[in-house]
Amino acid sequence: MFDQLSDRLQETLSGVRSRGKLTESDVDRAMREIRLALLEADVNFKVVKQFTSQVKERCLGAGVLDSLNPGQQVVKIVNEELAALMGGASRDLALASSGPTVILMAGLQGSGKTTACAKLAKHLAKDGKRVALVACDTQRPAAVEQLVTVGKRAGAKVYEQGTERDPVEIAEWALGQARAAGEDVLIVDTAGRLHIDEELMEELAAIRKRTKPHDILLVLDAMTGQDAVNVAEAFAERVEFDGVLLTKLDGDARGGAALSVKAVTGKPILYASVGEKLDELERFHPERMASRILGMGDMLSLIEKAEEVSDLEQAEELERKIRRRQFTLEDFLQQMRQVRRMGPLSNVLGLMPGMGKAMKQMRQVNMDERELDRVEAIILSMTPEERARPDLIDGSRRKRIARGSGTTVQAVNQLVKQFGQMRKLMAQLAKGKMPDPQQLMRGM
Amino acid sequence: MATSWRRLRETLSKSRRALQAELSSSLFEQLDDEAWERLEEALILADVGARTTADVVRRLEAEVDAGSVRGADAVRERLVELLAEVAGPDDARIDLSSRPAVVMVVGVNGTGKTTTIGKLAWHLRDELGLSVIVAAADTYRAAAIEQLEAWAERAGAEIVRGSPGGDPGAVLFDAIAAAQSRGADVVLADTAGRLHTHTNLMEELAKVRRVAAKRLEGAPHESLIVIDATTGQNGLRQAQVFAEAVDLTGVVLTKLDGTAKGGIALAIASELGLPVKLIGIGEGLEDLRPFDAREFATALLGE
Repeated sequence: MFDQLSDRLQETLSGVRSRGKLTESDVDRAMREIRLALLEADVNFKVVKQFTSQVKERCLGAGVLDSLNPGQQVVKIVNEELAALMGGASRDLALASSGPTVILMAGLQGSGKTTACAKLAKHLAKDGKRVALVACDTQRPAAVEQLVTVGKRAGAKVYEQGTERDPVEIAEWALGQARAAGEDVLIVDTAGRLHIDEELMEELAAIRKRTKPHDILLVLDAMTGQDAVNVAEAFAERVEFDGVLLTKLDGDARGGAALSVKAVTGKPILYASVGEKLDELERFHPERMASRILGMGDMLSLIEKAEEVSDLEQAEELERKIRRRQFTLEDFLQQMRQVRRMGPLSNVLGLMPGMGKAMKQMRQVNMDERELDRVEAIILSMTPEERARPDLIDGSRRKRIARGSGTTVQAVNQLVKQFGQMRKLMAQLAKGKMPDPQQLMRGM
Repeated sequence: MATSWRRLRETLSKSRRALQAELSSSLFEQLDDEAWERLEEALILADVGARTTADVVRRLEAEVDAGSVRGADAVRERLVELLAEVAGPDDARIDLSSRPAVVMVVGVNGTGKTTTIGKLAWHLRDELGLSVIVAAADTYRAAAIEQLEAWAERAGAEIVRGSPGGDPGAVLFDAIAAAQSRGADVVLADTAGRLHTHTNLMEELAKVRRVAAKRLEGAPHESLIVIDATTGQNGLRQAQVFAEAVDLTGVVLTKLDGTAKGGIALAIASELGLPVKLIGIGEGLEDLRPFDAREFATALLGE
């Protein structure tokens, strides 16, 4: 519903420039939009109230009123304030100077603790750490088996003693084992619990007392609603967690809960889980989350991902080709493969501002990963000459390509035609004209 | 039934405490702008969502302005009625008239699907005397099959399982076949949790549903989405996308024993017309209840 807060604010404040001045009632109208957007994003009501009054003050301040584009200015202020509220720069885990660093994971049932344990293990192992896990969830049926399985997949040792022993003792025992084995990190998985369940909160406090963790992470579901603050406050009071690991960010929840928790407890968000696979855990970036909550896409993440997969020289060469309309189907194939290396297409597109609408349309026309497989097959069935000069492709070549790729002549036709349009659009883009993103999507 | 509702009220009373701070009894005595605003606040804090909240409050306000509702008690009573109306019909029950009746349980990760199936199997067997087969069609999550096995054992239900990583459709197909040949009354299908944004996984779910229909016409007779009461506004989107994939027939609202109020269920009912059929209020086998809109609305606002 609130795909593009910036568009809506643009609209709300569009009349302002012609009048040349932003009045207080203009700002109030803008604040209403922002308030709705934040509530829709599950930011806690009380946080929203305080936040909008602060933002309003800044918006009425100097410079904003008579700026060229007040809508953008307001969005910028909101974005900055959100990012500031979320904790400025991201923070690291506190690692032990000697002996295993103990990381205690806590959270409600179903927030994703067990999976998060394995993901974190894998993440830390990437930095060359020896990571072990200990199964202290003796409550949920088969939780121990689950940790053993995912732990193994993550390449971490898993300490477990079944479900009969006291979790506090299991944790202490495992710490001894990990110390003796020379592990660098021990991650403690615990049973999910309600923050109002006295007995289990007591148990968690006991594990904490006995293992003296260096870091306690609250595992929080990004889809959590207004209750997130109650949960976080209770956990903060009982176990004084150090930071938050945000799960299920690969959904389309805006994740306002993260903001609320930070605002209320002051604890930073350290990690975010962004996919089903074990390596899909990322360091958390507050400023990106601010944009997500506002529905403004996440250019920074996209750029970073793009940098990961392409080298600069290649990029420059490509840009030159695009400008001269020398971009070939071969280049297209390489590009497509590179984009796909960045993750599932929907993830990548979700990171681009203004692509919210385009993504919905794509879902409608069902342009999914398999569609890309077909495109790849078609290009691979072309000769190098055909890839460089698609205009060579006549009727009999089309038939051959369709047969070779297991598709139809129509599909080949369509690809060639769309490629032609895309080449045109990209040349415009390179010359600094921003084409309509939807038009670009159709081109793809 | 009376005891079970007392239990729900007790459970919800924890959440009520927070609300009561917002909705003191004097609120309805003087209905000025501030009172309406406080009412809106309370509903939003319960995750009802901005749009549904505005709808309900606007309707109540109009009736008060028109003079058709007068006095604090009547206003409060009318509010409960309006909320209950939005929450859906009281008689939204799970249809188990077919033999076997196939119930498919879906939802995002971690909402309590497997637990719900365990409790439901126990209820059907213990209270209604039905024979139940659970289908372990979550072949993805590590140890999901073992978890369901533990529940099936507690509930005294049979289990049909495939292998980890196997085809979930085949598991459900086999379970229905087993129910048919053994004359079992109900098949409860557990499915892997999946975020609704993963198109391929949603397609897989639609396929599981088609496979069920192939084995038994009309199956699944019920497709229930499990929504965690702590879920915020994204719950609406979840219900929407799952409904597209498997033609949902209702909602199971779980984890109402915390401080979360589960107001997202109102938004789902209001915007998608999907009724809540069951609620989960604890970790015990007996902690699954039929949904009663009025009781829910009353408990939501507190007494």
